[in-house]
Amino acid sequence: MKNILELRDVSMVYGSVKALRNITLSIQQGEWTAIMGSSGSGKTTLMNIVGCMNKPTHGSVILDGEKISRLDAKDLTVIRRDKIGLIFQEFHLISYLTAVENVMIAQYYHSMADEEEAMQALERVGMGHRAGHLPRQLSGGEQQRLCIARALINHPKLVLADEPTGNLDESNQAVIMDIFHQLHSAGSTIIVVTHSPEVAEHARRIVQLEFGRMIKDGATARCMVA
Amino acid sequence: MTRYRMYTKIVLSSLLRRRSRMTLALAAVITGSTVFLGMGAVYFDIPRQMGREFRSYGANLILVPSGDNAALRPEDIRKVKELLPADKVVGMAPFRYETLYYNRQGLTVAGTDMDAARKSGPFRQVQGEWPKADNQVLIGTDIAEQTRLYTGTSITLEAVPPKSRRIKKEFTVSGVIRTGGPEDGFVLMPLGGLEALLGSPGRADTVEISIAAGSAEITRLAEQIRAEVPGIAPRPVKRIMNSESTVLNKLQVLVYLVTAVVLLLTMICVGTTMMTVVMERRKEIGLKKALGAENKSIIKEFLGEGMVLACAGGLLGSVSGYFFAQVVSMSVFGREVSLPFFLIVLTLSASLLVTLSASLVPVARATDVEPASALRGE
Repeated sequence: MKNILELRDVSMVYGSVKALRNITLSIQQGEWTAIMGSSGSGKTTLMNIVGCMNKPTHGSVILDGEKISRLDAKDLTVIRRDKIGLIFQEFHLISYLTAVENVMIAQYYHSMADEEEAMQALERVGMGHRAGHLPRQLSGGEQQRLCIARALINHPKLVLADEPTGNLDESNQAVIMDIFHQLHSAGSTIIVVTHSPEVAEHARRIVQLEFGRMIKDGATARCMVA
Repeated sequence: MTRYRMYTKIVLSSLLRRRSRMTLALAAVITGSTVFLGMGAVYFDIPRQMGREFRSYGANLILVPSGDNAALRPEDIRKVKELLPADKVVGMAPFRYETLYYNRQGLTVAGTDMDAARKSGPFRQVQGEWPKADNQVLIGTDIAEQTRLYTGTSITLEAVPPKSRRIKKEFTVSGVIRTGGPEDGFVLMPLGGLEALLGSPGRADTVEISIAAGSAEITRLAEQIRAEVPGIAPRPVKRIMNSESTVLNKLQVLVYLVTAVVLLLTMICVGTTMMTVVMERRKEIGLKKALGAENKSIIKEFLGEGMVLACAGGLLGSVSGYFFAQVVSMSVFGREVSLPFFLIVLTLSASLLVTLSASLVPVARATDVEPASALRGE
């Protein structure tokens, strides 16, 4: 299986603070990885670098065969648009667009808005009946499912989720994780950044960070059972 | 769905579903457009409106005989009348001056068309009535004091035509005229009455013309008369023309300044609102960038919102500006103002220019937003 993501000796320094220290990590296509760590461990910094929203101060990042660590902001935007699907803890939906329009806006920035395809994406996450609703009319779980539909609409090489169940109750958490399992079964590469061991256990691999260092990289219990 | 339709949907949804903030900017654009169109209408209509007002100062063009000619010939006066724009001529009064005697005292008598003289010289104040028949006269206030004649009394005027016997005729004083000028020492009578006494019908020494036109047009007309009617020397009354030009220029500068200040305030208000909107929408901008929006997409969306705001504000402002112009014109000049179509186009253009200019700095700030920090709420 080919590597979809490679980090080689990646470090990130903010002033005198070393947020990441010499991280070397490879993620294969179709792999579901959980990046764990407590607050301040560097997991959000790592996610921003992998998500092309920040550049490392040292080291190289290769995404789908392309070295992205030295690209300028404009080129990073193109990479983000074409290869990455982002899922946020706070959903970050556009308040004045309906559910289907929130999906279509990702298509619009990528290439061409297609309402039919956007509706199919909503159907896949069980949100077809809520297509015409504004985000404020949706529950937290529905908003997160909408966020997932938006992340998947452009068929990204890598799905990057930051605390995807952080704002959800247990039943909605189960629904979201179920969707992640379906995505993984369909061959999507998923990186979930979380501080929750329960969420991380759904993945096949766990990378543990502490004070910017990678202290653990191994298979989850679920993977071993499988 | 085409990219254009999606773009339109994003722009309109953003404006319509977040009305509260944009209403303030819209109100600013409407106010600016209202004042721009209203003041513009008044600005372009001031010369016409004030031209009528200035006619109360009296004639602004005098015709006198040119060269060695002793008097104006009737056919020359007719030619001049044809050259003048009929719709702008407020009054055109021929004057014939003669010396007649009252109790062996010489008096200057002016024969004129009384109706035309009233129109060309609204400053002429008459106590009593204007003459309605050829046997009635007006006497100047100075003569009234000297002779102790008053309205309703008779005055016998005596002419001494060359090589003929003396002619006497009794006239009724229909009123006393006060102008504050030389006419206070004159006797004014209908031209027909003077001609009946002295003969030589159609002769005039001067013609007073009051035209509702600016100094440039009067100067042009004077040049045309000089060229086409050689027997007449036209003399624009520069004192009045210059006063008109000065007042008009000052009024137009005032309107220009008020409009410029209002447009500047509109720009500041729209700019401040747009800047607040950009700050409030940092997360949204960050999200759009995270989803792959390039800076040019962000710029297009904000400028699109600005353009919709400008067009809506410009159109609504044009409607309210029309009523504003009518209110200003009615209260200042007492007449309705005309609204040229180009002014509506100009208002929409100004509205677009001001709104888009005011949006430039906020939009530049929007492109500076970094998605990672914006999404974290920093």
